[in-house]
Amino acid sequence: MIFDFAAQGAQMILVLALAPLLLGFTRKAKARLLRRRGPSIIQPYRDLLRLMRKDVVLADNASWLFRSAPYLVFAATWVAAALVPTFATGLMFSWSADLIVITALLGSARFFLALAGMDVGTSFGGIGSSRETMFASLAEPAMIMIVFVVALIAGSTQLSEIAFHMLSHIELRVSYGLALIGLVIVAIAENGRIPVDNPATHLELTMVHEAMALEYSGRHLAVIELAAALKLLLYISLIACIFAPWGLAPHGADFRAMTFGVFAFVLKLAVGGSLLALFEISTAKMRVFRVPDFLGAALMLGLLGTLLLFVSRSL
Amino acid sequence: MPLTVALWSIAALLGVGGLAIALGRSAAASRTVYGLCFSLSLVLFAAAVVPRSAVALTAALPLGLPWIGAHFRLDALSGFFLAIVNLGGSAASFYAIGYGAREKHPSRILPFFPAFLAGMNLVLLADDAFGFLIAWEFMSLSSWALVLAHHHDAENRRAAFVYLLMASFGTLALLMAFGLLAGSVGGYSFADIRETAQPSWKSGLVLLLALLGAGSKAGLVPLHIWLPLAHPAAPSHVSALMSGVMTKVAIYGFVRIVFDLLGPPEFWWSMPPLTLGAITAMLGILSATIQSDLKKLLAYSTIENIGIIFVALGLALAFKSNGMALPAALAFTAALFHVFNHSLFKSLLFFGAGAVLNATGERDIERLGGLIHSMPRTAFVFLGGCLAISALPPLNGFVSEWLVFQAVLLSPSLPQWSLKLLVPAVGVALALSAALCAGCFVRAYGVAFLGRARSIAAKNAQETDPWSLAAMSGLLILCLLAGLFPSYMIDTITPAAKLFVGGHVPTQGAIPWLSIVPIAESRSSYNGLLVFSFIVSSASLTAWIVRRFGSNVLRRGPAWDCGYPDPSPVTQYTGSSFAQPIRRTLGNVAFVARDHLDMPPPGDIRPARFGIEIRDRVWDGIYTPILRGVNFCADQLDKTHFLTIQGYLGLVFIALVSLLLVIAIWP
Repeated sequence: MIFDFAAQGAQMILVLALAPLLLGFTRKAKARLLRRRGPSIIQPYRDLLRLMRKDVVLADNASWLFRSAPYLVFAATWVAAALVPTFATGLMFSWSADLIVITALLGSARFFLALAGMDVGTSFGGIGSSRETMFASLAEPAMIMIVFVVALIAGSTQLSEIAFHMLSHIELRVSYGLALIGLVIVAIAENGRIPVDNPATHLELTMVHEAMALEYSGRHLAVIELAAALKLLLYISLIACIFAPWGLAPHGADFRAMTFGVFAFVLKLAVGGSLLALFEISTAKMRVFRVPDFLGAALMLGLLGTLLLFVSRSL
Repeated sequence: MPLTVALWSIAALLGVGGLAIALGRSAAASRTVYGLCFSLSLVLFAAAVVPRSAVALTAALPLGLPWIGAHFRLDALSGFFLAIVNLGGSAASFYAIGYGAREKHPSRILPFFPAFLAGMNLVLLADDAFGFLIAWEFMSLSSWALVLAHHHDAENRRAAFVYLLMASFGTLALLMAFGLLAGSVGGYSFADIRETAQPSWKSGLVLLLALLGAGSKAGLVPLHIWLPLAHPAAPSHVSALMSGVMTKVAIYGFVRIVFDLLGPPEFWWSMPPLTLGAITAMLGILSATIQSDLKKLLAYSTIENIGIIFVALGLALAFKSNGMALPAALAFTAALFHVFNHSLFKSLLFFGAGAVLNATGERDIERLGGLIHSMPRTAFVFLGGCLAISALPPLNGFVSEWLVFQAVLLSPSLPQWSLKLLVPAVGVALALSAALCAGCFVRAYGVAFLGRARSIAAKNAQETDPWSLAAMSGLLILCLLAGLFPSYMIDTITPAAKLFVGGHVPTQGAIPWLSIVPIAESRSSYNGLLVFSFIVSSASLTAWIVRRFGSNVLRRGPAWDCGYPDPSPVTQYTGSSFAQPIRRTLGNVAFVARDHLDMPPPGDIRPARFGIEIRDRVWDGIYTPILRGVNFCADQLDKTHFLTIQGYLGLVFIALVSLLLVIAIWP
C-alpha cells in the first residue's frame, strides 16, 4: 500500500522534474541540427527559477481569475500528466481517470488559459484565445476519435489496460497507423509546435499560445511555462504508452522493474524529443487558416480508423 | 400518498394563479406568489423523491371526458422527471423573489407562472392520452402567455407568434400519434395502449409523429426555430424554466411514447433520433458560437444539449432493439443524467444572464465586458455554469458526456450495418459539439465578464440581489455535487432504466472510493471526487510552494500589450472577432456566413465598412417555401370572397355533389 502510494507520488514528481529537461533537450537537439550550439540543456530550469524570483507585474484591471488561472492550468495539466503511465502501469490512482478524462482535463486547462488571455482586455490576448479555441475545436474531437480507435482495439479506455493490451497483442493494423499519425498531428497542434505555432517567436500576429500568456510575468509566467512543458511531456509519454509500451513495469512490479521502467521512459522521451526537433527543422510554420486543414486531416484519420473498426474488428 | 400530495400541490399551484389575479397590482403580490410557488415546488419535489415501492402509484379522478375520467400515475420515470421539473421550478421561483421585484408589469406574469409550473407537472403525471394532451397544451399556452409578457416589443410579439405556431404543430403531431395508438376502438388510457400490440407500420408512424411532436417542443432541428426567438423574449426566470425544464418535459413525452407505449422497438427506430440528434447538436452549438445576444446564445446551446440527449436515446433504442440490455441501460442512463445536468446548469446560466440584464439593461455581449469587477459574485457562479456546460471535469456535464462516449464505444457489437456506419459519424458530431461548446462559452464569458467594460452601463453595473445569488449558488453546488458523486445519480436513474430498457448498469453506490464503473473496471472507470481533490490539492500546493520559495511581491501597472496598450475599450477583441475563425472554418456547414468588406480606394475619405451576413439554411430551405406556399394558397382562396351570387350557388352545388359522392363511395 505504502509502496503503491510512493510509486504514484514518484510518477508525479518524475513528470514534473523531467518536463523542463525534455524542453531543454528538444531545444538543444533543434539547435544542433541547425548547426548552432544552442543553450544548455538545463536552461529551462534556470529560466523557471529566475522567473519565480521576479516580481509579478499585474495589469491594472486584471481580476482574480487572471491570478488564479496559472495555478489551475498547471494543476489540471499536472494531474493529467501524472495519470498517463510513464514507467509503470496500474499505479494506485490510475483507475480514477481514463483517457477521455485526461483529454478533458487538458480541455479544462485550455479553458482557463483562454479565459486568462481575455481577462486584461487587450487585443493580443483575444487573438490568442480565439485561435486557440479554433484549433481546439478540431484537435479535441480528433483526439476523442483517436481515443475511440485505441479503445475499440483494446476494449478499454483505461490507459493501463490499453498499454497491457498493446504489449500482449503485438500486431500490425491499419487503424494503428491512422491513429498514430492523427495523434502526432494533435500533439503538435496542442503543444503549439511548428508548423502550427512557433514557441520561439514573439512576432505578434503569428503567435497563439504566447499571445494568451502575454500579460503574465514573474511566478505566474513560470507556472504557465512549466505547464506547457508538462503538456509536451504528457503527449510524448501518451504516444509512447500506446504505441511503444515496452519497458513499462506491470501492475504490482518490484522496485527493479520500476527502475528499468524509468530508464526506458527517459530513453523514450529522448527519442520523442529528437524526432520532434527533426520534424520542426524540416518544416515551416503554416498560415493560421491552413491549420484547420491540418487538424481536419487528424480528425478524418481518427474517424476512418473508428469506421474501420466498426466494420471489422481485425483491421 | 406521494401522488395525492402531488395532485393537491398542482391544484394549489393553479389556485396560486387565481390568487395572483386577485392580488392584482399590490406590492406584496410578487413575493407572495413566488414564495408560494417555491414552497409548492419543494413539496412536489419531496413527493417525487420520497422513497416508495417499485409499483407505480395510480389515481383516477372524475374529471375530463366522462367516459374516460382523468388517470394519473407516478412511476420511476415520471418520478425522476417530476424531481427535475420541481427542482428547476423551485430554483426559478426562489430566483424570481428577487428578480421579479423589478418587473414593471408583474400582473402579466404572475398569474401564468404558477399555471405554467402546474401544466408541466400535470404532463408528467397524466396517464391517459386525453389528459396528457390537455396538460401539454396547457403548458404550451401558459408559457406562450409568458413569452408575450413584454408585448410592446414587436420582436417579442413575433417570437410569441412563431412559438404558438410551432407549439400547435407539435400538439397536432402528438394528437395524431395518440390517435394511431388508441386505434379505432379508442382506448385512450395508457394502460389500454400498452396492452394493444401495434402493427409495424403503425408504430413506425407513431415514432415519427412523436419525434415531430416532442421534438418541436424540445428544439430538435429543423423544428428548433422558435427556441432562439421565444426563450430570450420571456423574462429570465421564465427563460430558465422554458430552456432548462420545459424541454425536459418534451423529452419525457418522447421517452414515454417510444420506450413505454409503443412496445418492443425495431432497429431502424434508432436512426431518426440518432441522425437528427447529431445534426441538432452540431447546428445548435455552431449557431450559439456566433450569437452576440447572451440569452439567444443560451437558447442555441439548449438546442445542442437536446441533440446530445436524443443521440443517447437513439443509442438506447438501438441496443434495446437488439436485446443488449446492459448497453441500452448505459445509454438510457446517460440520456437521463444529461437531462438532469442540463436542467441545472442551463437554469443557472439563464439566471446569470437575467442578473446581467437587470444590472446593465444589456443582452448583447458586445456592449458588456469587465463584469467580473462590478458583479464579482454573479461572475463566479456564471463561470461555474460555463465550466459545467462545457463538459469539463470534475463538474457534472462531463460525467454524462463521458457516459455517452462509453455507450458509443459499445456499439460496434450492433449487428446492423446501417447502424455500424451511422454511429461513428454520430460520435464525431458529439465530439465536435463538445469541443465547440467549450469554445462557445470561453467566448461568452470572456467577452461579457472579462476584459474592460464596453459601455457605461456595464461599467456602472451593480451586484444582483441576494435571492438571485442564492438561487444561482444553490444550482452551482448541485452541479458540483452531481459531478463529484455521480454514482448516486446513476443509482437514482436505475429503476427507470430497469423499467424501460430491461436492464440496468451495475449498482454504483457500493463501489469503493465513490468511483463510477458503468460496465467493468477493466473497461473504464472515473472518479470525479478524486480528480477534483487532486486538482485542488496540487493547485494549492503549487501556489504555496511558489509563494514560499519564489517571490511574493505583486505590483500593479498598465497592461503590456506588446508595448502599445490602447486605453479605449473598443480596441479589445469583440465577440464577433472571436468567433471569426470558427465562422470561417466551420460556419459554412451550418449556415451561410459571408463577410463583406467595403474598402474605399486611396484618397476617398469615406470610412471602410465591414459587415457579416449570416443566413440560416434551415429557415431558407424549409420555412421560407412553406410560408410562400401558405401565402399563395391564401391569395388563391381570397378570390372566393369576391364571387357573384351564381358563383357562390355553384360552389354550394359542387360541395353538395362531392359530399354525396363521398358517401356513395365510402364502404
